[in-house]
This record gives sequence, C-alpha cells and structure tokens, in this order.
Amino acid sequence: MTDPAAPLLEVRDLTVTFASEAGPVRAARSLSYRVNRGEVLGIVGESGSGKTVSSLALMDLLPSHARVSGSVQFEGRELVGLEDRELSLLRGKRIAMIFQDPLSALTPVYTVGDQIAEAIRVHNDVSAAAARDRAIELLTLVGIPNPSRRVASFPHEFSGGMRQRVMIAMAIANDPALIIADEPTTALDVTVQAQILDLLQKAREVTGAAILLITHDLGVVAGIADRVGVMYAGKLVETGMVDDVFYKPRMPYTLGLLGSLPRPDQGAHQALTPIEGNPPSLVNLPAGCPFAPRCPLRIDKCTQQEPDLVQHTGAHAAACHRSDEVERRRAAGENVFPAASAVEAVARSTRSERAPVLSVRDLVKEFPVLSGGVLRRRVGSLRAVDGVTFDIREGETLGLVGESGCGKTSTIMEILNLAPPRAGSVMVLGQDAATLTPQQRFRVRRDIQVVFQDPMAALDPRLPVGDIIGEPLETHGVAAPERARRVRELLALVGLQPEHADRYPQTFSGGQRQRIGIARALALEPKLLVLDEPVSALDVSIRAGVINLLERLKAELGLSYLFVAHDLAVVRHIADRVAVMYLGRIVEIGDVAEVFERPTHPYTQALLSAVPIPDPRKERSRKRILLQGDLPSPLDPPAGCRFRPRCPRFANEIDDAGRQLCHKDVALEARAGGAGHLDACHHSRPAPVL
Amino acid sequence: MSAADASVSRASLVTRRFLRQRLALGGIAFLLVLFAAAYLSPLLTTWQYDQLDTTSFLTPPSSNHWFGTTQNGFDVFALTMRGMQKSLVIGLLGALISTGLAAVVGAFAGYFGGRLNTILVGLIDLLLVLPGFLIISILSPAFHGRTWLIFVLLLAAFQWMITARIVRGMTLSLKEREFVHAARFMGVPGSRIIFRHILPNMASLLIIDATVNVSSLILSEVGLSFFGFGVQPPDVSLGTLIGDYSGSALSFPWQFYFPAGFLIALVLAINLIGDGLRDAFDPNAGGPAS
Repeated sequence: MTDPAAPLLEVRDLTVTFASEAGPVRAARSLSYRVNRGEVLGIVGESGSGKTVSSLALMDLLPSHARVSGSVQFEGRELVGLEDRELSLLRGKRIAMIFQDPLSALTPVYTVGDQIAEAIRVHNDVSAAAARDRAIELLTLVGIPNPSRRVASFPHEFSGGMRQRVMIAMAIANDPALIIADEPTTALDVTVQAQILDLLQKAREVTGAAILLITHDLGVVAGIADRVGVMYAGKLVETGMVDDVFYKPRMPYTLGLLGSLPRPDQGAHQALTPIEGNPPSLVNLPAGCPFAPRCPLRIDKCTQQEPDLVQHTGAHAAACHRSDEVERRRAAGENVFPAASAVEAVARSTRSERAPVLSVRDLVKEFPVLSGGVLRRRVGSLRAVDGVTFDIREGETLGLVGESGCGKTSTIMEILNLAPPRAGSVMVLGQDAATLTPQQRFRVRRDIQVVFQDPMAALDPRLPVGDIIGEPLETHGVAAPERARRVRELLALVGLQPEHADRYPQTFSGGQRQRIGIARALALEPKLLVLDEPVSALDVSIRAGVINLLERLKAELGLSYLFVAHDLAVVRHIADRVAVMYLGRIVEIGDVAEVFERPTHPYTQALLSAVPIPDPRKERSRKRILLQGDLPSPLDPPAGCRFRPRCPRFANEIDDAGRQLCHKDVALEARAGGAGHLDACHHSRPAPVL
Repeated sequence: MSAADASVSRASLVTRRFLRQRLALGGIAFLLVLFAAAYLSPLLTTWQYDQLDTTSFLTPPSSNHWFGTTQNGFDVFALTMRGMQKSLVIGLLGALISTGLAAVVGAFAGYFGGRLNTILVGLIDLLLVLPGFLIISILSPAFHGRTWLIFVLLLAAFQWMITARIVRGMTLSLKEREFVHAARFMGVPGSRIIFRHILPNMASLLIIDATVNVSSLILSEVGLSFFGFGVQPPDVSLGTLIGDYSGSALSFPWQFYFPAGFLIALVLAINLIGDGLRDAFDPNAGGPAS
C-alpha cells in the first residue's frame, strides 16, 4: 500500500506545447501542483490560461501534435510517457473525467444505461445484468427520478442538468481516486449548478475521491474547494488554501480578479476595478512576468525576469516579485488597482415623475407547434411569453433575469420587432407598436437599440468596423462625411481608437468587440438600449471594464437600459429594478436592493440562494434552497401557479388549504414586499437568502 | 484630412486587399492577354478561321501555320483564337449570370420566406426536373439566326438551381445570426441586408461556384453544339474544337492540345482571380494586415 500521507497526484514542471504557424504555443508552462487524497483542488483561470489543456495532459487526452513534458505522478506512478494501453486501464477506473458539455460527452445513439454499464464493464468483469443493476443504483445515487425506467432513455431525452448527473454517475461508477471536473457547471443554469455542485460534494463523500475542479467561476471555487490554484498565461501564479487566496491574495492578478467581480450580496456602491488590457498571446511570450503589462505594481524587474512560484506561509505561494508590496497595501487598506472613477449619481426625480420609455402590458409571444410529416399542420402553440407586464422609466435600468427557457429572449425579441404582438401591447416612448405605420416604426427604431450577447456573432465579420458602426447612420440618412466624424466620436466614446475603424472585427478581443457593438447601438442616440447578456461571453477581467463603460454611458447620455442576464451578480450591480421571469411570466419585480435583500417569491429565493458568492466563509455558511427537478415544458405548463411543482414552500411550508390556493392562477401584485415590489405568489413572504 | 481621418469603406478595403495579391493580378493580366489575343488574332496572322489552305493538310506547327493545320486545311491558331472569342464570353458571362441568379433567388427565398419562398423554391425544383438539354434544343430553332448571346442566357438558365438551393440553406442560417438581427432592428430593409450582410458572408461559395461554372459552361456548350445547337459551323468555339479533335489527340496532337491548352489556361486564370477575390473578401484569410 502506498503511504496515505503521500499526495494522490503530484504534477511537476508539466509543460504542454502546440506547434502553430505563428510559432510554438506554450499552453502550459512548468506547472507544479499536488492533489491530496479526498481534497478538492480548484484551478481557476480565464479562457486561454491553459487550465483545460493542463488537465487533459494528465491523462494524455491531448491531440497527438501536443508535446507534453514534465512529470505527473499518480499514486506513485509516472503517467507521462506511459503507453496508451496502460493509461486506458487508469482512465475511468482510477481517474474519472467530467466534461463541460454534457450533451457532446454522451453518445447520442446509446441509452444512458448502456453507457454507464459500458464504463463499468470496461474495467470489471461483471455480467451485463449486474452492470445494469449497478447503473440503476448509480442513477438513484445521482438523483435521477425513476431510475429503473430512465436507464433505458437516450441522452436527448434528458435535460442538461440530468445529463451532467449521468456523467457524474459514470465518473463514480468505478470508485475513482481522482475526479477531474472541467467546468462541470458552466453550461448549466444557476439553480441546476447548485444541484450539480451539491451532487459533486456527495459523490466525493460517497467515493472518497479527490476532485480537481477546473473553472473560471471564483464563486464556485469559494464554495466547494479546499485549495485553489490561479492560472494565468499557462502558469500557476498563486496557490494556497481557499481562505488565504481569497482574503490575503499575494499576486496582483488574483487581487484584480476578485476586485473586478460583481457580487450578488453587494449593490451598486461596490466599485469594480477592471484589469486593463488583455491576456497575452501564448505564442512568443515576452521575457518577464506575463501579467506585467497589465499590472499596476510593475517595476523594471517584472519585465526582465519571470517570477517563480514562491512559498509564503504553509501552502500559500505566489509568483510575484512584489507580493510583499501587495501584502503591505492590503494591510494598509490601500488600493492596488486604481479605483475606477466613480460614476456620479445623477440627481433624479422620483420614479413616478419620470416618463416611461418602454411599457409592456400583458405581452404574449406564441410559437406554432407543427406536426411532423409532410403537411406540417399546426397542432398547438408554445407560449414562450405569457402575459408579461413591466415599465422602464427614463434613466432607469431594468434587469430581466431568469434561467434559460424562461422566455426572456423571446420577450426582448418581441419588443425589438415592434410588430403588433399576439396579445398585449408594447409602447415605446408613448407610441404603441401595434398601430405604427412602417415609416413611424422606422423612426421609432432610432430610439431603441440593442447590444447582443456574443460579441463575435453580433458583428458582420465581412465588414470593417467603420462600416459596422456607420450602418445605422447610413440607414437613417446621415451623409458620409458626417458619418465618418460620428464613427470616430463613437469609437472614442467607448474607449477605442479612431484608426480602429479600418479593421475587421476579428482583429479585436472579446471586450473590444463588445465595445464596438455598444458603439453601433449608440450611433443613433437612442433613449433605450436593450442589452441581451452583454457581458456573459466575456472573461471576468474584461467584464468589469464593459460594465463600468455601460454605467458611465448611462449617466452621461441619460440612457435607459433593459438588461437581460442570467448572472444575478451583474444585475445586482447595474440594475435599478429587477424582474424575475419563470416559464414565460414575471414572478417578482421590484427595486433591486429590495428584491435581493427581501425576496418574497420562493423562486427568487431559490435563485438567489443558488448564486455562488466569491467569499469562502460566507459561501460555506450559506444554506442553499435546492429546487427539485427541471423547468417544466412550456408546451404544457402547470395549471395555476407555474412554480408549484418545484416550489419548496408548496411542498413544505403550507397546509392543504394553502395548497388549494396554489392551483389557482396568481397575479403579479404588491403583497409582502414594499411599495413597487410586486410578486406572484399566493403565500408571499420575505426571506433573506444572501 | 489625413488618410486615417476618413474611415475606409468595405469596397476600398476589398480592392486594396485584392490589389495586394500577385497571383490574382497575374490571373487578370493573363485573362486580358487571352482576350486581346482572341480578338486581335485576325491582325496577327494571315490565315482566317474560315479560310482553307489547300496546300497544307494536317501539317504540324510551322512558321506559316503556328499551331499547324487540320485535315481540311484550316489554320489551328485561327480556329483556336476564334473559338476562344466565343468561349470567353460564354464562360464568363454565363457564369456571372448563373451565379448571380442563384445568389439573388436563393437569398431572397431564404430571407423573406413565406409565399415568395414557396414560389421560388417551386421554380427551382421545376427547372431541376426539366431536362435542360431538351428545352434548349427545342427552343434553339426559335432563336436561329439571331445572336448566339441568347444561347448564353439559355445555358446559364439551366445552371443555377443547385447553387440557389445551397444559397437558400445558408441564408436560412445566416439570417438568424445576431448581426442580421442587429441590422433589422436598426431598420435596414430586407433587400439591403441581403446584399450587404448575407451575400458577402457567402462570398467564398459564390466565387468558387462562379469559377467552376466558367469551365462547366464552356464544356456544356460542346454537347449542345455537337447536336447542332449553339455555335454552328463554320463558326467554332473552344468546346466544338475540343469535341471535334479529341479523337486525334494521340495521332495529330496539335489539333487537340492547342484548344485544350487554352481552355486550361483560361480556367486557370479564372481560378487565380477567384482565389484572389475570395481572400480579399475574407478577413480571416492570410496576407499582410491592413
């Protein structure tokens, strides 16, 4: 038997290099870390930091053109250079892997039962029937309802969260000693994420396995990890116990990441400090610290010599020449990053005095459901949006939040279309979309513009940036010289250079592209900007810059925002009011502080309790409200209160008479909340969860 | 105003990028040479395409007959150049018409959907099942004696349908992209969106389609001419020459290899230009950054 005190996994000087036309890409550079038995090590980093590549390298799962050097000792055995055949004996048996996208990680043509059974039978000599029984047992363990029936289902019959549960069942099938989880919850909604993280904890308790958790989400790490490693440009720049790294960071990058992260438990008064610049390209990395160009504490030494990971106290180590300075400033309460210039709060009249920019009343959006076959007759309709009502007043930001499938995108598309809705009304600046003539509609479009989620897809790749930003101006008849002047002005407004107009979008980074999208939306000086998840595709360190830009623009130009997001922390930071959607309806709406601090609807409470907070102590002491099951199909929504089948209050807190009430429809009105705080729950009751 | 002041539009950016490509410029130069040769050849040599040299039959290339002569005593150089006049026009014009039609019909059907889509897709399917060869041969007598340019139109009219279906499919996916939504929400009319956003984003497909069409049209003209439609004797095209003399490729090779060689050169030039255009349109393509 190996020494129980010896680390389960010890990685030393792991380096991964890919050949590319531009030169060798050094995706991971002399990584060294260890994972002890039964512990959770979180590896955090932004996209391109090498966190996934280095974890794939552990089991030699990289494409053959990757060159791996260094040493990976697992249970005292060297894995680098091991034959594929021998590694296969370890993969899935001693080391299991959970991937980010549960749909592509499962084979679509086999039932999940067969796939779990295969994972068992590859490593164990058991009969098909025994493997199947074990599969059912595992599905029960990971919380799949009706496992004996669901074992014969195909992956497409499961939701994303359920598929991830199946992946976890496969991962723990052979009692592995190490589970590598690569962004296991990134593709999932926040309430499902809470379920899966809970399940991972459970899997760890059941199997005693160590978990290597790779993620970009500091909140997830704060809650689940024992130790954490921060990666930047292919290197570990800081490692240590979670509390040390979160509360006493010694590397400016870690500090910057934490400072640029909006927190759901803090409001707009939290100043976000963006990290300037972009992560370096991994080709031809310059000498010196890769973070130096973005670091406010940079000294000459930083650009000449790359710092090594130096141990500080216990397990805490950082790769920085100036960690003592970071330490000193933290102790003295000084800022390391220049504080973002605070946006001056605009003196505003009370809400009721300001004119509504957008009023949506009982909006309905239906999609036809067609029969299969040749005729494709309409057999029903899917109500993606079912009676949504809200107002946005001048200078106000309304955050529209909800999980995927709740109808928030359908809602904004319906508003932006400016077409007569199926039912209800959309009024933009007092004009009813249903009665507009085409000329009027064209004019109204000046006042309502949109910024999309994916900064790459939102810009025509075949147009130079100048033409992209100039397009709305051209469409609305602005002459060419004036247009060129305005394009330069807009580029400056969003923090880009005038000469950027001559370049194509792909030469820009994600954050810059989003700024171009914002410049285009502002070209016509709209009154209302619809922001569809404008920062969710951006890396954490870039995100803060775009959020700050949006706040500055709002104050300078007197804009109103309809801010659609699933990230509640960002909404808390930027919104004045927030509306929570569930299954095509708004279940709660009110001032952002009010809703976050005293949510009255059980869904809002569950949603808020599921949001990870990047604060380990707080995160450990929180109690999550875990919702049962998945979002019901909007094709056949539950009668009465739509949240009833998953509602913890319905299940546990109320008597039968109260439950009867839940079978009746419920309107959005002021109940237990204060003025202007509406909810749609018969048993409305505030309960702080953050 | 300095140069950096006025932002560059797409048209000038694409032109600038195209002019940077040596091979494509070479292709254009070569194509111009071919045009010049084809139309100026009567001035270059004493022999005309319909003139018989009764003193030399089936002679190999010589200083008198640069490309040799045929069995009947026609000068192969004169024939080739005369044939190239026709083939250049048939190929280039036909390809432009066919690809242009495919792009417009496919994109409009895909973008606007609804009834227009039903009608246009119906038209595409109808033309796909109609035997084009038969229709052209039935219609040919009606145009007999009139300009053979009508023949180019007819050839192109039966060439575009498959591409149109591909274009329609690509449009269906492109129109759900966010930049198209963005354009729509700023009030850009549908037809402008098609020409400004949708077609440029499938430029690679269209350019490749057009270059393939050039050679394919030149060759499909051969078949028709063989049956007595299209270019009629004593007039010739590269297609008819290749068709007529392919049998003697091994015995009296000059009759076959010169027209065939020029066809290959022509297609090569078109391909070089097409590649250059594609790279100029595609911002991802390599080359010096602008």
